[in-house]
Amino acid sequence: MSVYSFILEFVDRKMYAHMQNREGPHWYQPVADFFKLIGKKTIIPADANERIFRAMPFVTLAAVTAAFLYIPVLGGKAVFSFSGDIIIVLYFLTVPPLAKFLAGWYSRDVYATLGAVRILTQMFAYEVPLFISVLAPTLLAGTWSITEMAAFYNEHPLYALINIPAMVIAIISFQCKLERAPFDSPEAETEIVSGVLVEYSGRLLAFFKMAMDSEMVLVISLFSAIFLPFVTGIVWVDFLLYIVKTLAVLLVLTLMRVTMARLEINHIVMFCWKYLAPVALGQVVINLLIRGALQ
Amino acid sequence: MSEKNNNNIVFPIGPQHPSLDEPSCFNITLEGEKVINAVIGVGYNHRGLEKTCESKTYIQDLYIIERVCGICSHAHSTAFCMAIEELTGVSIPKRAEYIRVIVAELERLHSHLLWLGVACHEIGFDTMFMYTWRNREKVLDILASVGGNRVNYGVNTIGGVRRDLDESINADILKTMDALEEEIKYYADVATTETTLISRLKGIGRLSHEDVIKFGAVGPVARAAGVEDDIRVTEPYGAYKEIPVHIVTDTNADVYGRTVVRIFEMQESINIIRFCINNLPDGPLTVRTPRRVPAGEVIARVEAPRGEDIHYIRSNGTDIPDRVRVRAPTEANWHGVKHMLEGGYLADVPITIAAIDPCYSCTDRATIVKSESGIRDMDWRAMRQYGIDWYKKQGIDLTVFKR
Repeated sequence: MSVYSFILEFVDRKMYAHMQNREGPHWYQPVADFFKLIGKKTIIPADANERIFRAMPFVTLAAVTAAFLYIPVLGGKAVFSFSGDIIIVLYFLTVPPLAKFLAGWYSRDVYATLGAVRILTQMFAYEVPLFISVLAPTLLAGTWSITEMAAFYNEHPLYALINIPAMVIAIISFQCKLERAPFDSPEAETEIVSGVLVEYSGRLLAFFKMAMDSEMVLVISLFSAIFLPFVTGIVWVDFLLYIVKTLAVLLVLTLMRVTMARLEINHIVMFCWKYLAPVALGQVVINLLIRGALQ
Repeated sequence: MSEKNNNNIVFPIGPQHPSLDEPSCFNITLEGEKVINAVIGVGYNHRGLEKTCESKTYIQDLYIIERVCGICSHAHSTAFCMAIEELTGVSIPKRAEYIRVIVAELERLHSHLLWLGVACHEIGFDTMFMYTWRNREKVLDILASVGGNRVNYGVNTIGGVRRDLDESINADILKTMDALEEEIKYYADVATTETTLISRLKGIGRLSHEDVIKFGAVGPVARAAGVEDDIRVTEPYGAYKEIPVHIVTDTNADVYGRTVVRIFEMQESINIIRFCINNLPDGPLTVRTPRRVPAGEVIARVEAPRGEDIHYIRSNGTDIPDRVRVRAPTEANWHGVKHMLEGGYLADVPITIAAIDPCYSCTDRATIVKSESGIRDMDWRAMRQYGIDWYKKQGIDLTVFKR
């Protein structure tokens, strides 16, 4: 997963650069960055709470990795799967923002504090539309398990089309969750330097970056498992299909990043609650009605 | 770093901050995300340029004046040359006047393209930043082929210009202008239709028509509020007396208005450059000027890319000026910034500061220094010594660099 996170980071940066008329990094750049940071000295601010400051990168990484086990990568089956695992994944997904908030808050730095507050504000904005839009397809499939849901949509591929509004909402909220432009207000470089990560350095920063890249892999995989759950049954073809699907999702996310300016935090909150949440709720109602008609 | 009282945070932007391209300090008092007070601290970049000018000859000063600003270097040296030419009573050849205008407008193009890129970067729209800076390279290439340098072209001299434009350069310029015109049309299109861009710029950093006059703002900041303030039109100098120039104004009076004004001004600059090249008169480039400038004082005003640039020179009849005063446009625009920032949001602070296109080191001046014994004047050597001592106290010994 961390290997794939490096690959995705490279693809993201390369596409971003090409869309901006630049050359972009070498293929090994993310790995090189990681090892370079590992070798650097870690500085912990005197005022910071050292235990929390040290723990948070690993908490984030652990939560993301744990959640990834429940997502089907090779074919239709995940490593672990039980009915209700989508709830677990969504819970794990809320850990990174909270961990980042704690990391920023206990850095005791004015930039990090503001970044931390913005992360929480943003979380309140995207969490509801994100959850509703992810749960809508499960309502239609009538199961809380990602693996079973994928099986359901494989049997009835046309039903996946019904979820298109939820898919749009989900991809926007996922972009918001990953704190990428235009929703990168919590780490706005030109305002609050880099938000919660401002005091991090060396190994801790390397693992935080890795955790964030892994979060991207997790989110993209979850998205393709829920909204593009098409598999063939042959393992290596499915794996290729998984790569193609994730790259396609990444392309959309990068396009969003390239074409838009950073939104202000109050605009994000307004946008999420005014447009995303009602549409996602509408999707739930539609899916419930269809489900009722089916039975 | 932060002081907390009544839940207000003092948020420092600077002296070192990613959104500032030169050191300067803005202490922003925040209530949540809202700016309730802004304290602007400039003075990190004082270089003692005016004082240096008083100890060198006029010809030597020209090189110092050219380095007042890294972007509008030509505007400063034009103003300086114009002032001396007025004192000595020479009038420069027509061809030199036209070449000065061509370089000035190329400089405006590159300055505005730079600004557009920086502004887009401030609001997190890096794609536009990369595009505009790519186009800016084209302008810089022309300037390098005209003057030999990318930013300090050294085109001006007292009594004319040092570099001529030949046919091949003219053809080059016209070709680049055609390409740039297309790009600028595209930027105008983006700026007027892209919704996230407009939502980030509209209503931000307002400085109304009355406020512009009250705070004495100049350049695009004033023109964005509908104030028709452009020295090229209101008080034409040099070749501008013959060239048709249209003032670009806007009624938005905010950052969006300033963006629109700058984009359409680039269009206007392209038209002026085309007109100049097609009507470039023949003739010599320089006239002889006396080394000693007659006693007297003079003010020269030039429209720099950032606004009105004023140079004041007092001569005592020797070849060394008695006093040189440079009023860079940013110096006039600073006063309104506090007003623009207060009541806004933190997210808008960088773009609001950037919208006046600040040039910190052009602005920083110090002629008197407050000390415990009161206020005293410092001469050039004392000021230099003060600087060395101050750094020594901070643990930095600059004298080791002197061999």
